Order: sequence, then C-alpha cells, then structure tokens
Amino acid sequence: MTGNRQNSRNPLHGLWALTNRELKKWYKNPYLLFLSIIQPLIWMGLFGRTMNISAIFTNYQITIPQIPGVDPSVVAQVVNALSSQFNVTRIMENTFGTSDYFSFMSVGIVSFVTLFTTMFSGMSIVWDRRLGFLNKALSTPVARGAILMSKVFNAVIRSIIQAAIVLGFALVLGLQVGADFTPLNLLGVFAAVFLIGMGLSSIFIAIAIRSTRIETQMAVMNLLNLPLLFTSNALMPTSAMPDWLQPITKINPITYATDATRQLILYTIDMQQLLIDFAFLGVFAAIFTTVGIVLSWRYLSR
Amino acid sequence: MAEDALIVNDLTRIFNKHLVAVDHVSFQVKEGEIFGFLGPNGAGKTTTINMLITVLRPTDGGATVCGYDIAKQSSEVRSCIGVVPQEYTADEDLTGWENILLCADLYGIPRDVSQKRAEELLTLVEMTKFKDKQVATYSGGMRRRLELACGLINRPHLFFLDEPTLGLDVQTRTATWNYIRLLKKEYGMTIFMTTHYLEEADMLCDRVAIIDHGKIITVGTPEALKESLGGDIMTVSIQDGAVDISGIIKKVPRVKEVKKQDSTYRIKVEDGEETAPTILDAIRAEGHKVTRLSLTRPTLDEVYLEYTGRSMREEEESRDAAFKQRVTVRRARGGMGGGMH
Repeated sequence: MTGNRQNSRNPLHGLWALTNRELKKWYKNPYLLFLSIIQPLIWMGLFGRTMNISAIFTNYQITIPQIPGVDPSVVAQVVNALSSQFNVTRIMENTFGTSDYFSFMSVGIVSFVTLFTTMFSGMSIVWDRRLGFLNKALSTPVARGAILMSKVFNAVIRSIIQAAIVLGFALVLGLQVGADFTPLNLLGVFAAVFLIGMGLSSIFIAIAIRSTRIETQMAVMNLLNLPLLFTSNALMPTSAMPDWLQPITKINPITYATDATRQLILYTIDMQQLLIDFAFLGVFAAIFTTVGIVLSWRYLSR
Repeated sequence: MAEDALIVNDLTRIFNKHLVAVDHVSFQVKEGEIFGFLGPNGAGKTTTINMLITVLRPTDGGATVCGYDIAKQSSEVRSCIGVVPQEYTADEDLTGWENILLCADLYGIPRDVSQKRAEELLTLVEMTKFKDKQVATYSGGMRRRLELACGLINRPHLFFLDEPTLGLDVQTRTATWNYIRLLKKEYGMTIFMTTHYLEEADMLCDRVAIIDHGKIITVGTPEALKESLGGDIMTVSIQDGAVDISGIIKKVPRVKEVKKQDSTYRIKVEDGEETAPTILDAIRAEGHKVTRLSLTRPTLDEVYLEYTGRSMREEEESRDAAFKQRVTVRRARGGMGGGMH
C-alpha cells in the first residue's frame, strides 16, 4: 500500500491551520488574553495621564515684576499681552497637533501594542524549534514560507484586535477624535497596523530563525523595544526632538504607522502625507516579508 | 519492482566544520520491514533520522526515500513519510482532535478525508475518549499514542519513529509496542525506528543496525547478531570433579568451545536448544552423572556491549538535544515540560 499523495495541493495549504494554532493559544486562554490587553491599557492610562503636559503651562502663575523707572501698569500690560500669546491650547496644538496630550499618546499606543505583540513572533519560532514542533512541521510538505507567514499573520491579527480594543478604551477615557474622523477611517488604521505588523514580525522572525536560545531572543527584545519606541513619534512629536534624533525617526517605520493613525483619527487629513506614510509602510512590509520568506527557505532547515 | 524503501549512501553530516555526527553511513531498509537503529546517546541516530526526513541537510552523501532523493525531491519525500519525533510535538494548548487535524492540514488533506482518518486512527490507538481534552492533561503514554496517530494521518509509506518509548514506564512501553505492531498490521508500512532500549529492538525489529561515533558497526537480524557472538552458552556440572570430559563434549557436533572449571564445563554451542540434549546423551553414555545444567542465549544487550564497548558515554550532547530529551522525559512522566506559554 502506498501513501496516497495529494497532488492537487494548494501551495498555501496549512497556512491557516498553523495561524489558527497560534491564535487558539491566545483566544482559548482567557488569562493570556486579559494580560495582553491590560498591558497597553495600563501604559495608556498611567503614561498618558501622568504626562499631563498641558498642566505644566496652566498651573503657572506669572507675577508682574517691579522695574524701577517704569510704570507698573505698563509692565502689567506687556506681561498680559505676552501671556495671552502664551496660550496653552495653541502651544499644545503647535507641538502635538491636538490640544490634548492624552489623545496624542493614546493613538501612539496603537503602534506600541503592535511593536510589543510582533516581538513575540521571534520567540515563538525559537520555542517551536526547541520543543520539536518545528522539526515536525518541516518534515511535512507544508511550505516553509507558510510556517513563517503563520507567525506573521498571528502577530498581525492579534495586533489589529488589540489596537481596536485599545482605541475603544481610549475613547472611553477621553480620546478626542478629529473633525475628519469617520468610523471608516478605522479601516485605514487597521491597514497601517497590518503593514507595520507584517514588517516588524518578519524582522523579529528573521533574527530568530536559526536561534535555539530563548535567552538570546529575550535580550534582542529588550535591546530593541524601547529604542524603537523612543526613536519614533509614538510618545513625542518628531519636531520636539533634538536635531540628531530627527533623521533616525524618519527611517523608523513606527513613525509612519503612528502618523498615519494620528491623521486618520486626530488630525485633519493631509492626503499627500498619508499617501507617503502608506507607501513607506507598504515598501517596508514587502521588503521584510520577502526577506523573511527567502530566509525561511534557506535557514528553517538547518 | 520491490525496491528498497530506503537506500542510504555515504550519508554524512558535519556540524561546525569539525564535529562529525554521522560519518559515511550506508544501509538499506527493505520494503515492509521494521528496521531498528541502535546506538548510545550522541551516536548519530537522531542526526541521521533528521537528514532522512529532510529536516537537516547532509554535508555529503545522500539517500533515497520511497524512490525519491532527499535533497532534490524533498517535497515528494515529505509526502510519503510519516514522522514521530523523539519530542512530544503535539501542541499542549490544543486538544488531541485539534492536533491531529492540524497535522492533516500540514499535509493538505481535505477535511472530509482527514476527519474520517483521524477518527479511525484515534480508535486504533484507543484515544477516542480523550480526543476533546487538552493535550496538557495527557499522560506520557497517551501523548505517544496521539503522536503515532498524527504521524500516520497521511498514510505514509515509510514511517520514522525516533525513540518511540523514551521516558515511558515498562507497562506503557509494552503497550506502545503493541500499538506499533497493530498499526503496522493495519497499514502495512515500512518502519524505521531508533532506540536505545535493546529489548525494544529485539521484540519489534526485523533487522537492526548498530551505530556508534557516527558509523555503522554492524547490520543484521537480532538473531544473526546474537549468533555472531558465538552461539549459546551451556553450563554443565557433573558429580565427579576429578575426571576431564572436555574431549567427549568437543566431539558433539556444533560444539564450538569447552572450558573446564573444577567439575563445571562452560560450553559455547550453536543452536543450544537442539544441541543440549545431544551433549547430555554423550556425557551419560560415558557413565557420568549430570548434577546441574543451564542454557543461556546471548541477549541483544551483550551484542550491543560487544560492539559499542562498555565504557560510559560522557561526550557532550548539544545543549539543544539535551534540552529536548529532558522535556520529553519530563512530559512522559506527566509533568509540565518546559511549558512557558
């Protein structure tokens, strides 16, 4: 008796089965689901509220100085004229594009969630290697690229769902959407998350593709997570950063994902900038997904 | 044409440019047989199996699995083999049923076919009752049965088993052998298995190869290997210690060697069970009284020790291999192995 072969096999067979395997670990484990949602909420609630930047300006009391030889009423006039220009809302809008820092950063948290979720896809391939599941999968006719893409899609799908939850909570906690916002814009947000998630998780998988050590992956994650976050506009606008840092933020894809998200939710949409954002994200995702798949042909087998 | 199911030619794998794990190994596995691959830890068993299942690339040499070249036709090879790795690869967070369907999906088997096969296989390994339970709750024996079922979902032509009973207790091990026999009877595939339990090889395998330091030392049926040690050992004691009857015994056909120690004679014979009565008759015919008699057949253990030496193995296994083995043994004993999800 011979093993009957499935000749009419579709090259993507197994992709959804493998992706669903990963997703099941998440949605069938309420504890894990809870933790992965609560973490960005804690960040958003604590960071977004403690960094109450507008309070720095509003709690400032200006005393009118005594200048000898000058009429105090003139001094008071000058000071009042200046301080009326020193308008909190205007300063905030100049810097953050919105008068409310919480709105600014809660949208940035969407990028943060995507970054932290995609990071674990590298870890998960190391676990599969160490526990033998990877070898088992490699001994079946499933495409090597499908093994990699299942990790990518798992991370992307989780990121999108988490982003939706985060935005929902942000609305409850006081996110003020821009005048241009319609629920349809959310599709654009999810598209941005999809692209940045694909690129980032492909990078982390590529780094982990031959690794057998969890410890190395943890070190890689710890090395990259905060630098990637801080060299982007997720928490602070690029314009407020020192000159040397600005060019770095321009090549950090998180900047583009965050900008696209902010435009779609908070700002009046600048179509040209939005197209640039999506073009950058598309190229980023395409390049690194391709790199990941090519590496998987060569390096998943050892 | 009854081609060999597996033909291995000079298969070699060198790690990090100097560690020769498998060194020009050649052998054939015949259609329909159970072929055992024996050797101490670190001998190169798993490295060989990983190359044959196309998970590891050979440095040199090659092999043909079901007529397909492992390097050039790896996709065809993967379709015609089934693999049960040393590790428990079933996903702990999923149920047995979800795991077996996942395996089927990896082979691209359509759902209607795979569900029928999965039912049938789970019935054979008596796991139907537990199929909707999470694998994390399974015992070692249950996990092994699930792995066997998963490995057969594509109706493989050649079935690879890497240490199928590692870490299991004696009862579960015996039960696992029975499942392997049953599955073999039901599906009639060729089986290639590695093990370091010798009684396992003796019970199950039609032929075995002993591998050590990456080289094949000997290949043959368990019987022939035992014979190669020089046959059975018969010990006879007679009442009168003063006389020497070695000459009488030596004249009996198929007696190969006689050693006298006081009134006891240690006799190496071929076909001990048939020769022993003849020897007894010869001794009695000379008027001697036999007081004690024993006949031992050499076990595969002795064959193994003869070929691989008696020194303990201390060579370092790779960190990774050692980790996997620890996890397997821990899970077999029902503990939570390495689960960190």
